[in-house]
Amino acid sequence: MGKSSEKEPLFSAKNLKLITEPLDSKNPITVLVLGICSALAVTAKLKPAIVMAISVTVVTAFSNLIISMMRKSIPTRIRIIVQLVVIATLVILVDLILKAYVPDVSKQLSVFVGLIITNCIIMGRLEAFALGNRPWPSFLDGIGNGLGYGLILIIVAFFRELLGSGTLLGYQVIPADFFVKNGGFYENNGLMILPPMALITLGIIIWIQRSRNKKLLEE
Amino acid sequence: MSILEKIRKVDKNSNAYIFAYASGMVIIVALLLAFAATALKPAQQRNVETEKRVDILKSIGEANGVDQAKDKYDFVAGLYSKYIVDQLVVNSLGDTIKGVDAFNIELHNELSKPIEQQNLPMFVAKLDNGSVKYIIPVRGKGLWGPIWGYIALNNDLSTIYGATFGHKGETPGLGAEIATPTFQKQFVGKTIYNEANQFTSIKVVKGGADRSDIHAVDAISGGTITSKGLEKMLYDCLSSYQAYFNKLKKLSNGQE
Repeated sequence: MGKSSEKEPLFSAKNLKLITEPLDSKNPITVLVLGICSALAVTAKLKPAIVMAISVTVVTAFSNLIISMMRKSIPTRIRIIVQLVVIATLVILVDLILKAYVPDVSKQLSVFVGLIITNCIIMGRLEAFALGNRPWPSFLDGIGNGLGYGLILIIVAFFRELLGSGTLLGYQVIPADFFVKNGGFYENNGLMILPPMALITLGIIIWIQRSRNKKLLEE
Repeated sequence: MSILEKIRKVDKNSNAYIFAYASGMVIIVALLLAFAATALKPAQQRNVETEKRVDILKSIGEANGVDQAKDKYDFVAGLYSKYIVDQLVVNSLGDTIKGVDAFNIELHNELSKPIEQQNLPMFVAKLDNGSVKYIIPVRGKGLWGPIWGYIALNNDLSTIYGATFGHKGETPGLGAEIATPTFQKQFVGKTIYNEANQFTSIKVVKGGADRSDIHAVDAISGGTITSKGLEKMLYDCLSSYQAYFNKLKKLSNGQE
């Protein structure tokens, strides 16, 4: 632990970058293409997507923090197992809390909360960042990556719920009079509810991001 | 610091260190999770109770506004005490059993006992218009796991007033359709006894039931095993109540 780094302010430019970069140029979903499976599964409605985003952020942030604090004592031969135990513990805690306070959301997310354990983003950040960095930057890195993941989830869920169900967070957004069954002209796009459209929406997001940010283009 | 320094000097790749590290970690994690599970148990229990009450209320179509309610637990408890006027426990011989709380009976425990020893719960609802409905809980097996439901009968104890079903993890879009209103609406107006007062239960017919058949509903295409399980569940659970139903019927005939 060098003296110069201890004087570094908590939110120095370097530390802030740990949060902002995963939102855009180092986004875990659209750039690193990690954690796609849950992004497809929980984005049919906005509310579960938001809860999933918060849950993953909490788990990445705290598993990064804990592993970073333990990093000097972890025997290298069992480090993956140690990481898994930390992640699994946090995920079970999140699951218990969801079951106790937001039971209907917990029911919708069902197995996907448990599957946070296998979310590649979390393991990826532990291996790539937390094992080699001090606790505070690791914590920020976890929050950043969790938010980057959540941001994409929420964008995808926004379009899927709006176009697929005509609602946002369960509130009717597209006026009921517009619908064909009420004598209007509008019909919900049933395809938006199904997983393939999540993939296509995600693809469109990646396309927009890459056309805006030329640095992401491969040669 | 001396202990910390000692730990730092230990060979981290020695078997003893790895073994101690793993054991220590597991013990800490186990304690933590056990503590969390115990601390959150009451809140989870409340949710399970609320869900059960909502299911019972849904079978008589009185669970409106539950999703909008601010305090779901109190709101549901209020509705429940308003509509559910009585709950009783009977056995397969038709006797009522005193001293057992119908609401807290775990149906899957009862169903694993021999039929003579089963405590069968039953709920009596009184609607706003004064009509009385009998609500029978049912439970059985789907394709992947348990399925359950509540059947509300009119006071002729034969005509179905409403039905609601739930499942643990049936295939979405196929077996899981039993939890949708479209499937459940089919049961309204069907009867579980024929004119000769013989128990027929409700058949779940693959390929579509005959419209004129008042003892049958359509099965779910692609959800054959769930549909079959549902049919068996209805037959098994409702038939256990026959003795009690007959008693009730005799009683009301005697009064008339």
